[in-house]
Amino acid sequence: MSDATYPEDLRYHEEHDWARIEGDQATFGITWYAQDSLGEVVFFDPPEVGAEIQKDSSYAEVESVKAVSDVIAPMSGEILEVNDVLQDSPERINEDPHGEGWLVKVRLTSPEEAQQLLGVEEYRKLLDN
Amino acid sequence: MSDAATATRRTPLYERHVELGAKLGPFAGWEMPVTYEGIREEHSAVRTHVGMFDVSHMGEVEVEGPGALAFLQRVLSNDVAKIGIGGAQYSCLCQEDGGVLDDLFAYRLGGDRYLVVTNAANHDTDLAWLGRQSRGFDVIVRDVADRYAMLAVQGPHARQVLTAALGIELPPRFHVARAQVGRRPALVCGTGYTGEDGVELLIDPEVAAPIWVELLDAGVVPCGLGARDTLRLEVCFPLHGNELTPQRNPVEAGLGWCCKEQTGFIGSEAVARARAEGTAEQLVAFRIEDKGIPREGNPVLHGDEEVGVVTSGTFSPSLEVGAGMAYVKSERAETGTEVEIDVRGKRRPARIASKPLYSKRS
Repeated sequence: MSDATYPEDLRYHEEHDWARIEGDQATFGITWYAQDSLGEVVFFDPPEVGAEIQKDSSYAEVESVKAVSDVIAPMSGEILEVNDVLQDSPERINEDPHGEGWLVKVRLTSPEEAQQLLGVEEYRKLLDN
Repeated sequence: MSDAATATRRTPLYERHVELGAKLGPFAGWEMPVTYEGIREEHSAVRTHVGMFDVSHMGEVEVEGPGALAFLQRVLSNDVAKIGIGGAQYSCLCQEDGGVLDDLFAYRLGGDRYLVVTNAANHDTDLAWLGRQSRGFDVIVRDVADRYAMLAVQGPHARQVLTAALGIELPPRFHVARAQVGRRPALVCGTGYTGEDGVELLIDPEVAAPIWVELLDAGVVPCGLGARDTLRLEVCFPLHGNELTPQRNPVEAGLGWCCKEQTGFIGSEAVARARAEGTAEQLVAFRIEDKGIPREGNPVLHGDEEVGVVTSGTFSPSLEVGAGMAYVKSERAETGTEVEIDVRGKRRPARIASKPLYSKRS
């Protein structure tokens, strides 16, 4: 498992999801804390490319041996790509949750939603509480 | 189960679990380790080497007296007369209508002295039931749960590691032996819940922590209830509360083999009827054909008809696929039957499989 680090360049959602925003597109994933709470991920059930997803709503599922967890969209958009590597290697989500374990790439429909997300310091504070 | 919201209980090994960084969770009113390093690793340690589980939450009831055999023959489904001194036997504890109150092992410690190991969630109700049924028998039913900590040491190397670490003689499978563990009297039982060889140690709570540490040092891998569940599910051992309930009889649960109706146990008439007439539903094992992980409560579908419900489901670490057990209509219970499991709205193709799902030969 990786160490508990949280990159500076991500925006965080209080449901333990992150977004890496590049213009009107973004990459989404779950945070180190989320994967650690879940345990070894054995299955990622992705959305379909082209699907519309809504901020604060579930758009995918990740499962450990013991439990299933909804993945909450940090922002609204349209799915452009899903991380196919996770079909055969879902453990990447544990190994590198903020990097190779990314879940989907999205075309943002409301880029201004970024302002509602947390910076890394605010997210760390949330975890401390 | 008694009110689980009341004070969470801790085993004598609680501090050790915290020290090892275990993820703890509530189970039947106890705060128990779910996993230490990861369920898959722990699962694999038991299948290939040796793991240990703190199962001190399980209960113990002693039954003693000249009427002990007659009493146990009345309340337990199996033929208790077949247990020799130092023997162990699996049974159901049934109510009159055949519904399963608990499933348990009975160990014969002496001529008229037996120990019964209960599931944590059922300990209090079992005790009350046994107390009530013991009227008229020359027997004493004693709650001795506080006298024992319980460690299950399981895996192909369990015997050699235990013999070396504790210097004790181990009983054969389905037998129990007295031993000194940590210089205190202990019971060593050749039983388990993993499908692997191994023993269950009933030891003095005061020596539980040093024995645990000694076994850790000997290379035994600490395992939590998460791996205990995946291990038992792969070999299709039922779990009371999931596969077994007071609303299900042993026959539909596939436990007819441990019911000997000729002994006249409580529930034997209902069991005999279920055996003769067949049951509307049967407990089956199944495997998901492709992707998806079944979970307890998922409907089982055959075409558009709902034909059953999943009682336990998981990702099987040995088979590397979703698998589980379910009650399905008897006409759909045949091995090989194609069904679908409705996993939160997604239909996952599955096939009824023979039990166990996993065996050493597979």
